[in-house]
Amino acid sequence: MIIRLIERTAVLLVSLVVSSVLVFAFMAVLPGDPARVALGVNASDEAVAELRRQFGLGRPLPTQYFDWLGGLLRGDFGTSYVSKAEIGPQVFDRFQVTLWLVLAGMVIALVVAAPAGTVMAARHRKVSGLALSAISQLGVAVPAFLAGILLIMLFAVKLGWLPANGWTPPAQDPGMFVRQLILPALSLGLVQGAVLTRYVRSAVLDVLREDYLRTARAKGLRPFPALWRHGIRNAAVPVVTVLGLQLATLLIGAVVVERVFVIPGLGSLLLDGVSNRDLLLVQDVVMVLVVAVLVVNFLVDLLYVALDPRLRVGSR
Amino acid sequence: MSVVADVNVRTSDVLTVRGLTVTVRDKTLVSDVDLSVGPGERVGLIGESGSGKSLTALSVLGLLPEDVTASGSVRLTGVDHELIGADERRMSRVRGRRLAMVFQEPMTALNPTMRIGDQIAEAMLIHGTRPGRGAARAAAVELLERVQLPPDTLRAYPHQLSGGQRQRVVLALALANDPALLICDEPTTALDVTVQALVLDLIVKGVVARAAALLFITHDLAVVATVCERVLVMYGGRVVESGPVGEVFTRPRHRYTEGLLAASDLETTQRRLTTIPGNVPPAGQFPSGCVFRTRCRHATEVCATTPPWTGSETTGFACHHPAEAVDD
Ligand SMILES: Nc1ncnc2c1ncn2[C@@H]1O[C@H](COP(=O)(O)OP(=O)(O)O)[C@@H](O)[C@H]1O
Ligand code: SF4
Ligand SMILES: [Mg+2]
Repeated sequence: MIIRLIERTAVLLVSLVVSSVLVFAFMAVLPGDPARVALGVNASDEAVAELRRQFGLGRPLPTQYFDWLGGLLRGDFGTSYVSKAEIGPQVFDRFQVTLWLVLAGMVIALVVAAPAGTVMAARHRKVSGLALSAISQLGVAVPAFLAGILLIMLFAVKLGWLPANGWTPPAQDPGMFVRQLILPALSLGLVQGAVLTRYVRSAVLDVLREDYLRTARAKGLRPFPALWRHGIRNAAVPVVTVLGLQLATLLIGAVVVERVFVIPGLGSLLLDGVSNRDLLLVQDVVMVLVVAVLVVNFLVDLLYVALDPRLRVGSR
Repeated sequence: MSVVADVNVRTSDVLTVRGLTVTVRDKTLVSDVDLSVGPGERVGLIGESGSGKSLTALSVLGLLPEDVTASGSVRLTGVDHELIGADERRMSRVRGRRLAMVFQEPMTALNPTMRIGDQIAEAMLIHGTRPGRGAARAAAVELLERVQLPPDTLRAYPHQLSGGQRQRVVLALALANDPALLICDEPTTALDVTVQALVLDLIVKGVVARAAALLFITHDLAVVATVCERVLVMYGGRVVESGPVGEVFTRPRHRYTEGLLAASDLETTQRRLTTIPGNVPPAGQFPSGCVFRTRCRHATEVCATTPPWTGSETTGFACHHPAEAVDD
């Protein structure tokens, strides 16, 4: 257990360092001088030189890299070349918004996938299972933004039940927060749910074939209680893996969904940064997204150990 | 084997199987099996792999794989309904309570994510045979002790135990509710030779202590000889011979039984190293008439008709040209 923890932590740290180098290097090799990019083609040479001096853009790249990394570690994300505002507070605010969206999407995905996948597996020879299978197939094929537009058209425009877009912080007006969260979270979550359903189905099918489930039945448990008490935990291991991997997809999906629903999250910030040619902002946001994915995958690894005692080496 | 006139019909049997037939789609895997196990009796079910032994056991338990169906009659003492076709609600009250089973593969029979103690205690809690968690855990310690496992096994996970230890855990939880009948399907086949004897001994001790009946499935004749009192020989989904172990093993009548004995080293007096020629056909491809006739040296034309059962249900055989009955 301890060995695994150390090993996983080491892997996390190495991937963090490597990805920070990659993100930095990618931004550095982009053609053009960052100061010129920020100021636009019509800026005077003096203004460009001034910006370069102000942000130390003339220094050697390794120095700039360590400066940037050191700042990130201290929570200092630097100052935007374009707006001259501190990037840190913005990223922090926006990150919370995206976190709500992604979490709500994930919960919806799970709430859809866990029962649907289980029923599909348990009834895989029956009509109900096949029908669910067909629906999930359809769901997999729909991109999140399209789901979002369809949901807006139905629930916001046609039925008028929910706001079509916007964002209210939960502390300000919890009711409005939930109402505005529902549609974007659904458009993220339903699509992921459809994908996840297929993994839940195959995980549960595998478990249903296990000998220990037959033992549970032989003890006198009925099929569903047997599956619940002896199968769920075992089926959860592969599903959790997929869920961890899906987080990356959810974050990408959030970037688009935030646009569709006019939500001030990390995704909108990223797209704003791109259109304002705010290179440092883009670099910071991409790094935050990468860190989020890596940390979640690290946590998923630890969750395995909690789920599967066979991974707890030397426990007894 | 339709018993036309069973002279000694036994009324107090623990398990009574009549005309059990198991099919999958259009294939018949088990045909018309009759079998009875008396109170406290230890009955062996032998035959080569693919003879239909496991399917027979699973039919009794009502745990056949999907799309495999059983017909006929299975009755168990103390249960007032037919087991074949009984709904899950009723069957789940019988399983693990009056009827328990130990499977062939101990390495996968236990839930890898649940502690041994919880898995044993659960067997009792499902049926409410102990008043609560505490009592069930205490009983689990005692059950473990009876299969010679230390009390701290309670806290272990399956992967921390060897195959032999896991099989003893499965035995402990099968016997937890003092079932009237224990079915063991090749319980030692997957185990090291060194631990086989211990597990067999624990099985016999366990059923004897509870006066439970035992239906013991194996293809190992030596094991049957040490564990069982009576034996049924299965081939091609049919019971071809039955009788007391001593009688069947020393004076087999059916030619299949004879071949089986010759092929095993049990029959050392014969000193011929023979195996039964040919292979067990795949399911559904056994010949009509006597299922053994494609491999039998004694087969004649008449063997193309189904041989009638000779003798009583507990002692008899179905062969047109049986081996000579040796008079004492
Ligand atoms: N689910 C199934 N579908 C089709 N055939 C099966 C199935 N289960 C078992 N069989 C076939 O039935 C025959 C008897 O199987 P089994 O009862 O397991 O034999 P034994 O336990 O005597 O080795 C075998 O030929 C096997 O291939
Ligand atoms: S009935 Fe015929 S084929 Fe079958 S075992 Fe007897 S002699 Fe052999
Ligand atoms: Mg078998």
